[in-house]
Amino acid sequence: MHIYLPIAGLSVNVLVIVGLGGVVGLLSGMFGVGGGFLTTPLLIFYGIPPTVAVASSATQITGASVSGVFAHMGRQGVDFRMGTVMVVGGVAGSIAGAGVFRLLQESGQIDTVIALVYVILLGGIGLLMAKEAATSIGALRSGKPVPSSGRRHHPLIASLPMRWRFYRSGLYISPLAPLALGFLTGVLTVTLGVGGGFIMVPAMIYMLGMSTRVVVGTSLFQILFVTAVTTMVHAVTTQAVDIVLAGLLLIGSVTGAQIGARMAAKTRPEWLRLFLALIVLAVALRMALGLGWRPDEIYSVDPL
Amino acid sequence: MTRLGAWLILALAPLLLAASADKPRLVPDVSQREISIAYSFTGAELLLFGAILYPDGRMPDKAPDIVVVLKGPSDPMLLREKAKVLGMWVNAESARFRSVPGFYAIASSRPLKTLVDERTAAIYELGLANLQLSPSSGALPEDQARFQAGLVDLMRRRGLFDEQSGSVEITDRVLYRARLSIPARVPVGAYTAETFLIQNGRVVAVAVRDIVIDKSGFERFVANSAQRWPFSYGLVAVLLSLLFGWAASAGFQRMRR
Repeated sequence: MHIYLPIAGLSVNVLVIVGLGGVVGLLSGMFGVGGGFLTTPLLIFYGIPPTVAVASSATQITGASVSGVFAHMGRQGVDFRMGTVMVVGGVAGSIAGAGVFRLLQESGQIDTVIALVYVILLGGIGLLMAKEAATSIGALRSGKPVPSSGRRHHPLIASLPMRWRFYRSGLYISPLAPLALGFLTGVLTVTLGVGGGFIMVPAMIYMLGMSTRVVVGTSLFQILFVTAVTTMVHAVTTQAVDIVLAGLLLIGSVTGAQIGARMAAKTRPEWLRLFLALIVLAVALRMALGLGWRPDEIYSVDPL
Repeated sequence: MTRLGAWLILALAPLLLAASADKPRLVPDVSQREISIAYSFTGAELLLFGAILYPDGRMPDKAPDIVVVLKGPSDPMLLREKAKVLGMWVNAESARFRSVPGFYAIASSRPLKTLVDERTAAIYELGLANLQLSPSSGALPEDQARFQAGLVDLMRRRGLFDEQSGSVEITDRVLYRARLSIPARVPVGAYTAETFLIQNGRVVAVAVRDIVIDKSGFERFVANSAQRWPFSYGLVAVLLSLLFGWAASAGFQRMRR
């Protein structure tokens, strides 16, 4: 069953795209991550032009995070003040990132940079997660309590000027830190087509020292708005948002997310985290190999 | 204007007849003048067919040959070449070509090399090796040749360039037919289908038919909206995505209860 994607300009197998969305949704339901870091590379491996893959993936994440934001709002899990600061940073990052994206596209290095950033980010985070999960599994097995590091923010953040109170996060820190974090994820969203939750959540816990109760809800809140703005930015600058592609991905991902959430309820969280770490590392490894191995296509062509 | 045209034709008619009297003529047609790309488009097959009219109905002693070429709109393109830098394959050198057809398929009744000499093939741009891509960078000739070969090879593997010999069927030296397949990722625009009649290594007659390939219906609407009203298009994309995500989660919640 094939369908023609009007913006990507090629026909794809509907089942493959919906299935891809389903797998990504399954993971996001199981682990609470957006899964954009899987969508974009998989779409590119399937033959979708990178720009279309990045732009449409951002659109899909908007739809996929709606239900999560509502759920977390219902149980007071969103710090709106913190969220708003991060959205402002994210929007600025998205617009600035679009400029960088354009420059890289013109110089022909966009694919290399996307792959490199993926390798570095996913490799680093995958290793950290694997280590953390392995330690907790080891602790669980030996019966010792999990070594917990006290929740406090990074000394660098404490030294920033102009402090605000973030009641729900339980923080009294400078808004510059979450603003910068929002900016960074905004750049990642527009260039890589990821929500950025996999960077934001650890940074909010370990660097800002936010209360874990509001971390996921607030990061979803930021992702919802920033991916929406990113869709607009791509629609206006690269004109690469494919509504049909995003819709097909959404059908798969909202279904997969429901199944994933039920599967997650039956599995131990430590094993879940280890499993996610291995997936993240596998994607990073695949991207690294793609950079180092002689590619099938030495030539690529762009219209002028 | 039409009246003048009619007079001109009348006045020139004897000349035209005289010109066509000693040379055969081609009457070509195509199976589709318009190919529309709709949601289920997975490529198309175009049938190019027609008849050869000989002066005074005299058949030639030797079998004639037919070459058909389907060519898409030409655009300037930038070709990039990857090279290994610091252990990574990155885009290094590049070359510009001023006119690269987005699609080029050629079919002939016998291998091109046996039909025409190199000069004739170059004049009529017959064959993938004879495309005039107008490289515009001041690169060395050998670099240019390498880039051109790379471009042709890339387009060929994408199914956008094609060269087949022996696929034009000629019946009784009069009727000919050729099938050309068009892949799903074909660029839209104005196409030309050219037919060449070749006898004794010379192009004796040429005929051209125009074909339009365009997106239709919903696909056309989406592609046009994205270009003409990018802001509204983005807004609609966001709203649809939000609505869909919300509706799906509400639906699943109801199902669970």
